Amino acid sequence: MKYVDEYRDPVLIANVAREISRAVAPGRHYRIMEVCGGHTHSIYRHGLLDVLPPNVELVHGPGCPVCVLPTGRVDDGLSIAERDGVILTCFGDVLRVPGTRGTPLEYKARGADIRMVYSPLDALRLAQENTEKHVCFFAIGFETTAPSTALTILRARALGVTNFSVFSNHVTIVPAMRAILDSPGMLLDGFVGPGHVATISGCRPYEFVAREYGKPLVVAGFEPLDILQAILMLVRQLVAGEARIENEYARFVSWEGNRAAQAALETVFAPRPTFEWRGLGFIPESALELRPEFAMWDAERRFAVPGVRVTDPSAAQCGEVLKGALKPAQCRLFGKVCNPEQPVGALMVSSEGACAAHYRYAERAAEAEPLRGTEAEPVRA
Amino acid sequence: MLAKVEVSGVRRNVNVGLLEEPVVPGDWILIHVGFALSKIGEEAARDQLRMLQAMGEDELAMDEVRGYTFADEVRDRTSEDVVRDRTFEDVVRDRTFADEAMST
Repeated sequence: MKYVDEYRDPVLIANVAREISRAVAPGRHYRIMEVCGGHTHSIYRHGLLDVLPPNVELVHGPGCPVCVLPTGRVDDGLSIAERDGVILTCFGDVLRVPGTRGTPLEYKARGADIRMVYSPLDALRLAQENTEKHVCFFAIGFETTAPSTALTILRARALGVTNFSVFSNHVTIVPAMRAILDSPGMLLDGFVGPGHVATISGCRPYEFVAREYGKPLVVAGFEPLDILQAILMLVRQLVAGEARIENEYARFVSWEGNRAAQAALETVFAPRPTFEWRGLGFIPESALELRPEFAMWDAERRFAVPGVRVTDPSAAQCGEVLKGALKPAQCRLFGKVCNPEQPVGALMVSSEGACAAHYRYAERAAEAEPLRGTEAEPVRA
Repeated sequence: MLAKVEVSGVRRNVNVGLLEEPVVPGDWILIHVGFALSKIGEEAARDQLRMLQAMGEDELAMDEVRGYTFADEVRDRTSEDVVRDRTFEDVVRDRTFADEAMST
């Protein structure tokens, strides 16, 4: 595969890992957050923790759409599925997120018409094929996914499809990063920036991280070499006392991003005054709702969802893990009550969730790094 | 605007309306939930790989590599990747301009 195998080349990976070991200042600890859940998955899957020096610590960030979706929003979406004549559609990982009375899959087993789609366009097609039904798309995702939803809504309007709506849970990453940077006792030194989000937004929206907070950020791709190189770039900046925004993923990401996608987002969506993030609480202007002129396709306007707020089970410590205050295995429920088969918290649901990734790959990591022991030490937040 | 794209051996239609430059058969693109988000910048990729290669040209480094080799790693992207992040890079095989006009 073109530019996939190359970015998994063991020789180059070893080169970069060695350069990181050479670059770090001994006696200094580097705490780097990979913002995106895709990075978290890749880091565990490829065992990248094994090749990093012990004083480089990775903290897993909030960039996993399923993981930050509060239970109340799942319940709201499922209330739509319970209506007569409605087909609720969603991506595969949403099917397994627990609401108060079960997951969408369990609702489906009880008779609700809930279907998995690969693309929002598939949901629209389903609406065109089932004109006697209403098809609602349960939309999740960051800036990477939101343009696809926007274009699907524009297409629905252009085609005059009115038995279709979107339950928007789209969120934006910059306000969440600000919330983390503003949290008391923040100990992060730098960020591996979300590469796929940046294909849409470009690198520019991250400039505030360096300018206002004095932290470096490197936008990175998702292959092992991408992530390691981004860490090397961060370490070099930190050693030199610099804080800049750099682009490791230049083969796909430009500084300005994808203007057509940005325009589609702007046309269809407006920021919500506030939105609740699991683990992070309410963050102003951190999510997207349909503009009033698209009310026809807005599930929240059409169905008046209950808007319930549900407190997470107090035993689950998703919030602490999301903020990087706890490592996944330090949660009371990890691997016992909460596991990928029976997830209690959303971090165990999505493969991009830190807990699911840790559960799936941790054994291998534990075997490979018997001397590290950092997993047992909480990161102070 | 649709293009026929081969993803891990499976061909399917992908909306390429968001791409700012035209695509032709043989191009590699980044796909997410049925839409192409970006076309690979081959020059950027080649420059980066060349730079990384240059990083380890001493012999000692090559010896050290054996300690790190991920020999058991599956080298090809599998269907699991597709499910995992819904985003992947693949090649445009064919292109049709037929039924789907972008509505922007």
